[in-house]
Amino acid sequence: MKLSENELHAYVDDQLALERRRAVEAQLAEAPDEAERAAAYRAQNAALHALFDPVLGEPVPGRFQRTRARRSGARYGVAAALIVVGVVIGWFAHVLLEQHVPSPPSLARRAAVAHAVYAPEVRHPVEVGADQEEHLIAWLSKRLGAQLKAPVLTTEGYELVGGRLLPDEGGAVAQFMYQDNKGRRLTLYVSRLAVRTRDTAFRFSQEDRVAVFYWIDGSLGYALSAELPKAELLDIATAVYKQLNP
Amino acid sequence: MNPEQIAPYIPRLRRYARALAGDQYAADDLVQDTLERAINKRHLWRPGSDLRAWLFAIMHNVFVNQLRSRQSHPEVALDDDALPAVLPAESAGLEIRDLQTALAVLPVEQREIVLLVGLEQLTYAEVSEALGIPIGTVMSRLFRGRERLRALMTGVLSTPTLKVVK
Repeated sequence: MKLSENELHAYVDDQLALERRRAVEAQLAEAPDEAERAAAYRAQNAALHALFDPVLGEPVPGRFQRTRARRSGARYGVAAALIVVGVVIGWFAHVLLEQHVPSPPSLARRAAVAHAVYAPEVRHPVEVGADQEEHLIAWLSKRLGAQLKAPVLTTEGYELVGGRLLPDEGGAVAQFMYQDNKGRRLTLYVSRLAVRTRDTAFRFSQEDRVAVFYWIDGSLGYALSAELPKAELLDIATAVYKQLNP
Repeated sequence: MNPEQIAPYIPRLRRYARALAGDQYAADDLVQDTLERAINKRHLWRPGSDLRAWLFAIMHNVFVNQLRSRQSHPEVALDDDALPAVLPAESAGLEIRDLQTALAVLPVEQREIVLLVGLEQLTYAEVSEALGIPIGTVMSRLFRGRERLRALMTGVLSTPTLKVVK
């Protein structure tokens, strides 16, 4: 049976149920032209993310906060709305981005922002699921240029959901996501350091509601983020550290 | 709905706007107008429905209106619909490897869908609802948009082997 165009795209966009996905994979294995197109479309999606995801971490520009009185100040409703918009943006910029800090955001902050963006995702929390863990590790290791490991946190009550590749100023970053049986999520952000520095002990940072433990180990920076109390997260961070340094 | 509910979506609205509008200033104008409109029309949002899809729907309307108003101002010459459907003959064989440039060449109605699906990861049904068009139209525009992008990125747009997927 010929693969329909609809299914080919739904496959590319991960909008197929597992059973149909497997069926499409089987069909693609015998249809090199379609397989090539599917790969090209997937590459488009990845390229779009690589090109535009950095916008997610950009500071909200100051001009957002200045009201546009000249354009719409005559109308009370709009003026009121502008004030509300200003408050929203101000709140957001203050809480999430701390836009007035000119230095590049720290590892902890970048990890916390990535956590805040992806942890609430219902449909697409990860790019590659834990069902393909081997592939996930191999892929992310290759992209980061370092052998990565996804710690096993079942003892702590967390299962691996999967992971994704993220852009960062230094290049590619890996994010592993875990979830407990209450649906609470934690993410491990792994960044390749441009300059090898000394290893560090655990450091803690509270980034809005997201608690982050981070440390540097060899050429990699790690940050474990979750909306959990500090003590609880420390136990998990300790478990992660021990597994990465057996 | 209160404004705080919208705030977490601002980064994604900015990401989409940047990809859609091309340059940062046009994109931030688009975000600002979208936020104003969302606040003004917040009573129209159905609680429990997907706020993100609703915001993208508003951004779509704002963007289309901006394009229309630009068309009516003669000093603004750039208009996506006026861009050639294929690259002009003198650039045949030119390889556009720059994704942003390639996106700008896509007709708006294809670019929106390629971005909502590929970048913003909306489902086809959500795109259909956000843009107010049938799902079949969403799919055909997605097919054409992606194929056009692929052709642009590999520089084969002008070769006779390329078929436009209907």
